[in-house]
Amino acid sequence: MKKHQFDVVVVGAGGAGLMSALYASKTANTAVLSKLYPTRSHTGTAQGGVGAALGNDEEDHPEWHTFDTVKGSDYLGDQDAIEFMCFEAVQAVYELEHYGLPFSRTAEGKIAQRPFGGHTNNVTGKPVRRACYAADRTGHMILQTLYQQCIKNNVKFFDEFQVVDLLVVNGAAAGVVAIELLTGEIHVFHAKSVVFATGGHGRVWDITSNAYAYTGDGIAITMRKGVPMEDMEFFQFHPTGIYKLGILITEGVRGEGGVLINGLGERFMENYAPKVKDLASRDVISRAMYLEMQAGRGINGQRYLYLDVRPEVVNKYAALDGRKNLDGSPYIVTGEQILSKLPDIVDFARTYLGVDPVTQPMPVQPTAHYTMGGIPTNKFAEVVIDDQNTVMPGLYAAGEVACVSVHGANRLGTNSLLDLIVFGKFAGLRAAEYANGADFQPLPADPSEYARAQFDAIRSAQGSENILQVASTMKNTMTDLVGMFRTGEGMTRALATIQELRERHKHIPLTDQGKIFNTEMINIWELGNLLHIAEVVTASALERTESRGGHARDDYPKRDDVNWLKHTLAWVQEDGSIRLGYKPVVITKYQPKERVY
Amino acid sequence: MEVKVKVFRFDPEKDKKPHYETYKIESEPTDRVLDMLEFIKGTFDGTLSFRRSCAHGICGSDGMRINGRNYLACKALLKDLHSRSITVEPLMGMRVIKDLIVDMEPFFDNYRKVLPYFINEEPAPPQERLQSPEQRERFDDTTKCILCACCTTSCPSFWANDQYVGPAAIVSAHRFIFDSRDQAGAERLRILNDQFGVYRCHTIFNCTIACPREIEITQAIGEVKRAIATGNLE
Repeated sequence: MKKHQFDVVVVGAGGAGLMSALYASKTANTAVLSKLYPTRSHTGTAQGGVGAALGNDEEDHPEWHTFDTVKGSDYLGDQDAIEFMCFEAVQAVYELEHYGLPFSRTAEGKIAQRPFGGHTNNVTGKPVRRACYAADRTGHMILQTLYQQCIKNNVKFFDEFQVVDLLVVNGAAAGVVAIELLTGEIHVFHAKSVVFATGGHGRVWDITSNAYAYTGDGIAITMRKGVPMEDMEFFQFHPTGIYKLGILITEGVRGEGGVLINGLGERFMENYAPKVKDLASRDVISRAMYLEMQAGRGINGQRYLYLDVRPEVVNKYAALDGRKNLDGSPYIVTGEQILSKLPDIVDFARTYLGVDPVTQPMPVQPTAHYTMGGIPTNKFAEVVIDDQNTVMPGLYAAGEVACVSVHGANRLGTNSLLDLIVFGKFAGLRAAEYANGADFQPLPADPSEYARAQFDAIRSAQGSENILQVASTMKNTMTDLVGMFRTGEGMTRALATIQELRERHKHIPLTDQGKIFNTEMINIWELGNLLHIAEVVTASALERTESRGGHARDDYPKRDDVNWLKHTLAWVQEDGSIRLGYKPVVITKYQPKERVY
Repeated sequence: MEVKVKVFRFDPEKDKKPHYETYKIESEPTDRVLDMLEFIKGTFDGTLSFRRSCAHGICGSDGMRINGRNYLACKALLKDLHSRSITVEPLMGMRVIKDLIVDMEPFFDNYRKVLPYFINEEPAPPQERLQSPEQRERFDDTTKCILCACCTTSCPSFWANDQYVGPAAIVSAHRFIFDSRDQAGAERLRILNDQFGVYRCHTIFNCTIACPREIEITQAIGEVKRAIATGNLE
């Protein structure tokens, strides 16, 4: 066992982790631990843009961004945190530009912005250009830029280190335990501050846009150490995943004028969101797609619809909508413009669908995309562990793993990249500030005991279960019963199945008994995290007897503000059972009202 | 259809020498080589080791040699390989750690040599630094790089001498050299004007063919050579 000591340890090297490391390393001795090389992180797959009311093309205000986000959250987001994020957004985006991020540009040389779902001019209700973009690889450019700046600033990286446990001593963070993949060796990182920035857990579901690495490690690790998980029933299904594969097709396609078409050739979103149509919020569109397909209006009656960005189709509907360019002329696009604004999308469609989106529509279906819930934090990324928002000293979380909550029941597009940079930054600042004023907690006598016990159990598992079968049963169960539409009866069944799978998981024999790059052992551990999270998601969802944002129930189809305008907290208790509690939503300026797009 | 997948295997804790294993599996034309490897690992042999993450050509984890050419395994579809025999090997010119996993450290060392980060020490304006769409377009192609190493490990000059910084590092340098906002272009050109810099490129185009992001790498290297010769950074 090797021991290390740092003021701040950041777990995860995506957008939030790198931003946090950049800031923490300015004043504190900081290390970043990541199970992947940093540039492999899932932030890199984000496409469409990062939201900030720069107003480069047209009038916009952080207040409008705030209201849109509150409304998008179906009023479950905490309004103080949302306001903070939307006002910090402008400076944060300029800061990325100053770090060298190659944003696409307007004719005047400013950062280019495009419309995105749920982002509106609050006076007219029409879509507003708020998503700051770099072609359709904004996340890639954020990840690369932040990694580059970390290299410039000599940030210390431990690449391909799988963090497997959080050390808590005297109620405060004391460090983490990690496995070095190259050697299989256990390392203990003694730290004053620990920042979790490990992303989400979309791999719980079958059709997903999420990377293999998205196994909810940070959530699983911290909840096993008594940290409650907030709003785990809220998970986003993005409307446009590539049929069968789930690979994301950015909402930016619809921002550029693309439309969703059903099997009758109709632009059906007119019937569900008359004002903004294909640029309604994601939960609204995904549900509309589901209902269209249920009614037999999928393409050829199948479980997919078309996303159509052929210039003639875009131009036809833009004319019907009266969409104008900034100079007042009618909005007209050409095939070349589609190619230049959406090169990666064109590439994905050609590679995986054999379809050229400039001349053919793309078959799409909703895809599991984003974890709204997670480790509860306040707006400074400090982890809070009860309904009184008591801060756990030395523990921070930022990005998709965290629940601030700025996304509430449904996240708006472009707000995830924004979340990373704003809360990543504050996590880094606060973690360093705390470390500079605090002493190290003593390490436990045997700091890697719990981590070793978990892996000893995996190494010595007896039985004939198969990892792929256990995983696919989980994914299918969660997709069918705890997916886009849910019922009490279905979720009760799902809970029983998941609990059974958690038992079966203990009987997957480990073939690879080696030390070096034992990916089989790590994969089994990751599947254990997913199963544990699936259980918490289902238990939280079962209890919430209403429909709100990403949580839609056939048996309780209405939002119920009287009983459910509150955040769920789920604790994994010592005996393994799950205890649920609640805390109020912070409401400042915007009283909940009906959500119409 | 039945596909024969022949995979390079090496377990440093057991094997003295590498060997190949062949697996017969049922596959669809739209299956990715990554899907096949996942299936083999989950069904026949859990010890098979490889890196992967996003599975759609963006994260750059699963660069490997497939039927003699570098691909990302998640972007190589069976139908595009035009064969029912698939041979999968680790990237060439790198030390094999285990099976398809190679030591990436020397690759990232070379990357770090070219100052692969934005440098402009003047105080930043309150808003964005302005850049015209044309200035932005100048280096657009090289911003796509995902550091998968498919280019560098397909380059015969790199195979001959791994001190050569390689195409990926030059692509990263190009991205900043031609960025109108950056101020360290001359310094990067000095670094690349070295016996292990751009002149090791003999315009073989393997890198361009291998690039899963379709970056015109040989052209980018040519532009860097020209900038060294002329001092012109536009």
